[in-house]
Amino acid sequence: MLEINDLRVELEDGGKAILKGVDLTVKAGEVHAIMGPNGSGKSTLSYVLAGREGYVVTGGGATLDGDDLLAMEPEARAAAGLFLAFQYPVEIPGVGNMTFLRTALNAQRKARGEPEVSAAEFLRIVRDKARALAIDAEMLKRPVNVGFSGGEKKRNEILQMAVLEPRMCILDETDSGLDVDAMRLVAEGVNRLRDAGRGFLVITHYQRLLDHIRPDIVHIMADGRIVKTGGPGLALEVEQNGYADILAEVA
Amino acid sequence: MGRPEPKPAADARLSALPDGTAGWLAEAREAARARARALGLPGRRDEYWRFTNPGPLVAAGAPGIADAAVAGDAEAFAGIDALRLVFRDGVFDAAASDAAALAGVEVVRLADAPRAGWARDLYGRLEAAGHLPVPRPLAAANTALAADGLLIRARTGAARPVMIVYRRSSGSSDGMLHHCVRLDAGARLTLVEAGTGAARLTTVTEVEVGEGAVFHHIRAQGPEEAPVAATHLFARLAARSEFRSFTLTANGRLTRNEAFVEIAGPGALAHLAGAALGDGAFHQDDTVFVRHAAEGCESRQVFKKVLRHGATGVFQGKIHVLPHAQKTDGYQISQALLLDEDAQFLAKPELEIYADDVKCSHGSTAGAIDATSLFYLRARGLPRAEAEALLVLAFLAEAVAEIAEPDLAAAVEALLDDWIGRHRG
Ligand SMILES: Nc1ncnc2c1ncn2[C@@H]1O[C@H](COP(=O)(O)OP(=O)(O)OP(=O)(O)O)[C@@H](O)[C@H]1O
Ligand SMILES: [Mg+2]
Repeated sequence: MLEINDLRVELEDGGKAILKGVDLTVKAGEVHAIMGPNGSGKSTLSYVLAGREGYVVTGGGATLDGDDLLAMEPEARAAAGLFLAFQYPVEIPGVGNMTFLRTALNAQRKARGEPEVSAAEFLRIVRDKARALAIDAEMLKRPVNVGFSGGEKKRNEILQMAVLEPRMCILDETDSGLDVDAMRLVAEGVNRLRDAGRGFLVITHYQRLLDHIRPDIVHIMADGRIVKTGGPGLALEVEQNGYADILAEVA
Repeated sequence: MGRPEPKPAADARLSALPDGTAGWLAEAREAARARARALGLPGRRDEYWRFTNPGPLVAAGAPGIADAAVAGDAEAFAGIDALRLVFRDGVFDAAASDAAALAGVEVVRLADAPRAGWARDLYGRLEAAGHLPVPRPLAAANTALAADGLLIRARTGAARPVMIVYRRSSGSSDGMLHHCVRLDAGARLTLVEAGTGAARLTTVTEVEVGEGAVFHHIRAQGPEEAPVAATHLFARLAARSEFRSFTLTANGRLTRNEAFVEIAGPGALAHLAGAALGDGAFHQDDTVFVRHAAEGCESRQVFKKVLRHGATGVFQGKIHVLPHAQKTDGYQISQALLLDEDAQFLAKPELEIYADDVKCSHGSTAGAIDATSLFYLRARGLPRAEAEALLVLAFLAEAVAEIAEPDLAAAVEALLDDWIGRHRG
């Protein structure tokens, strides 16, 4: 589903190399986790895949179902089924949460040649999914992420994912800032979406989220590369021993 | 101040008063004529004309607008139930106006001024008292010369808004209108203004808001590209009264909107807001002065401008708090969203505070669309144009929120949507 081949990326400003040859393949139905020290390039990878400006791809590439992801506009990637739950969700004063989500859903459906969802149908979908994530109606009425607590913002990302039903979901530290109960709700949200047609790339620093979302494969990223790949046990190893041993071993 | 002498053409206009305006109106006009003569014409060196060239507003004639550009009669607030009063090229159009009366509201044409004796205490009075902190010679000239206008008095609560619809058929009409609005104590009135009234339109509106009265004003200027306009809003607020004025300016080659609000009684509220949208040959100027002359009053100025392709926005705004106006709550924000590098925003935000127990704040910013927000929306599937439109509307939301009537707010939002849709990329 998602294939990343020897992806090399520099910052547009100043030309600093951040990704130095990332190789990663997520097949449909799989859940992959990426762990790695601060500053190793995990968020950069997720932004480049989602289409944020400010980066220059100097080598390699990425495809979604065989289509060249990096040649597409961000909105086309979204319509193709890519979703990024942001590490830092953006506050947008003046844009209502519901308006935003409905416009997004219908824009994606339109791009895919599907009929738009009616206002009533949309309301029903959002209410259901919001309830499951313990997001109250009051929050939905507010502008996008404005005045939301850190954990509320993360839950709002998962609500968007639940409503948009993307096929390739990238979660960048969605667990950071969540209390124990919220973490469970978010993990359940992810698990509800898990199916044979869908792929997940879960970026996290902690084993706790992975207790709830059992990954099939765990990668360690360091200095812009995937330096080690293993099973769920790799995450436990990091949790217990940190990165020193792994980094020494691959050096 | 080194003010230029009136040009001969303007001087000739000042001498040629309309006939048949005997009595108090003639006296008021005579006094205004002397005022206008003494003030001269505005010039680039004047303190509040540095950002805006008054040239087209003081030229001998209106700018010529090609016939092809003459507007249709499409109305900004077509769906709103109101008492409609129509002016075409600066002249009242009785045939196009609603004949029916509105209970509790008296509407008299300026030409019939003798029938509205009450207006004697208003016509030219607020203008004469409103040359602060600088003279407003265009307003004085208007008081002297205005060819037409309405004298509106609300004695109680008006069930529907009064809507003044401006239409233009001529490519060279030079309209000059003067309206007076008086709200008796406890009265309520919503005044709506819509459309382009002339190739060049100069208006003065004097508003006296009585004790506990509520005056709402919603105005839509445009969407014609070529006309020029200068408007002056003078208001005096009695105790516990409410004054809200919102102006949408969509297009127009040159628009200068001046407001002078005197908060004369305690516990009153004055909100002035504006949303300006310009693309290309567009120069829009809000020059707003709020004078707090009583205790415990609240004022807000919220002005937002969306500019692209060389459009210019100007905001000059002052909150002036007199020594005895304690417990004043004053707020002023002026912001421009510059959609490209050619657009410019010129701002002169001012606070002048002589009381010590007040809460006043102001801010002014200019910037592009936020790249992070834009990416977030696009990453959720919104095409760039749609995402930008949403962010432009969001930028304007604080100003639109000042409109108290939901149906009028929705109509303004539709106008904004329409404009944004036509001016993409
Ligand atoms: N716009 C930028 N300007 C300057 N440096 C940047 C920029 N974006 C990323 N970097 C740098 O690139 C490196 C990778 O950053 P990135 O955010 O991808 O790390 P990360 O693995 O997500 O870290 P964390 O675990 O702390 O979230 C860091 O050294 C960071 O400082
Ligand atoms: Mg990160």
